[in-house]
Amino acid sequence: MSSETATIHHAEAVHGDHEGMTKKRILKVFYILLGITAIEFFVALVIAPKHPGALWINPIYIVLTLVKAFYIIGYFMHLKFEKTGLILAIVIPVLFIIGLILVLTNESHYWIDLRSQLGL
Amino acid sequence: MSTVVTQQVDEVKSTPWSGGRSPFNVEYGKMMMWFFLLSDAFTFSSLLISYGALRFSAPTWPTPSLVFQSVPGTSIEHGAPLVFVGLMTLILILSSVTMVLAVEAGHRNARKEVVGWMIATVIGGLMFLGCQALEWNHLHSEGFWWSAIPNAETLKEFFKEGVPLGQQQMSSHQFANLFFTITGFHGFHVFSGVVINIIITINVLLGTYEKRGSYLMVEKVGLYWHFVDLVWVFVFTFFYLV
Repeated sequence: MSSETATIHHAEAVHGDHEGMTKKRILKVFYILLGITAIEFFVALVIAPKHPGALWINPIYIVLTLVKAFYIIGYFMHLKFEKTGLILAIVIPVLFIIGLILVLTNESHYWIDLRSQLGL
Repeated sequence: MSTVVTQQVDEVKSTPWSGGRSPFNVEYGKMMMWFFLLSDAFTFSSLLISYGALRFSAPTWPTPSLVFQSVPGTSIEHGAPLVFVGLMTLILILSSVTMVLAVEAGHRNARKEVVGWMIATVIGGLMFLGCQALEWNHLHSEGFWWSAIPNAETLKEFFKEGVPLGQQQMSSHQFANLFFTITGFHGFHVFSGVVINIIITINVLLGTYEKRGSYLMVEKVGLYWHFVDLVWVFVFTFFYLV
């Protein structure tokens, strides 16, 4: 599928008018998003209550959320069919967010230690 | 041999970055919309990461399946976790789909179809805002607001058993502030998205883009609208599921 879209894209690279999203593909992406959301609900309502305190539940949610984000950005926002330069210009800066996550998670561990020392 | 060298020197470079054309092959306004959305992504991630940090640093936190277990607007008060927010998520994803369909119709210069899908998108956005108003009203009626939490009796319902009242009150304060700030900021984006969509729909109706020969503006507001949907996907995960 991707090689097919790549050739279509090259053929029309003269102007910004691409045919990346047909009605069929739009519906397909919609069903994927709906399916992933349904899986999240299944995990939250059926699997999670059986395993209270399990640490592997949240990573499942986060991975599924990132998959949904990929489909929204890639297909609905059409980024997958843009030039590589634009894709990199948008995706690489987003990676800085990982830095903030690491820094603040680390900081929050310090806060909770501090809280328990102070007896809060 | 010398002729070959001359030919190589005279050859005009035609790579995307050799000048004379847009290397990203997108119109200026569309590219700027992408960069605006990138900055907005940083704003939202700062808010969500602060939420994560405060939640990690708290010894306890209100359990989402206990806080969000009612269906506001109906008589269901207990035992329906995630039902209402599931409806909200479905509405927003559907309005995203109608938005792509509007963009797709724009590529075919089908004005009537663009109008139809744009109106559907506006209605989806308004329905989402209505649901959010009900959700806020419900939490407010329980006693939650910025810097306000329910009384000790109500608060107890939102926590696992055995959590001391002091911890309950502290984390509920943080929860209330973060919830209303983040969903409020997102809701404000939905509201501006609806307003922008209405303006674009009027322009389509007036034939502005038909005269211009391109429905690129629909594509640009489409990007914004999908971004709002994208943010909701994260808000949903981190407030309602985790």
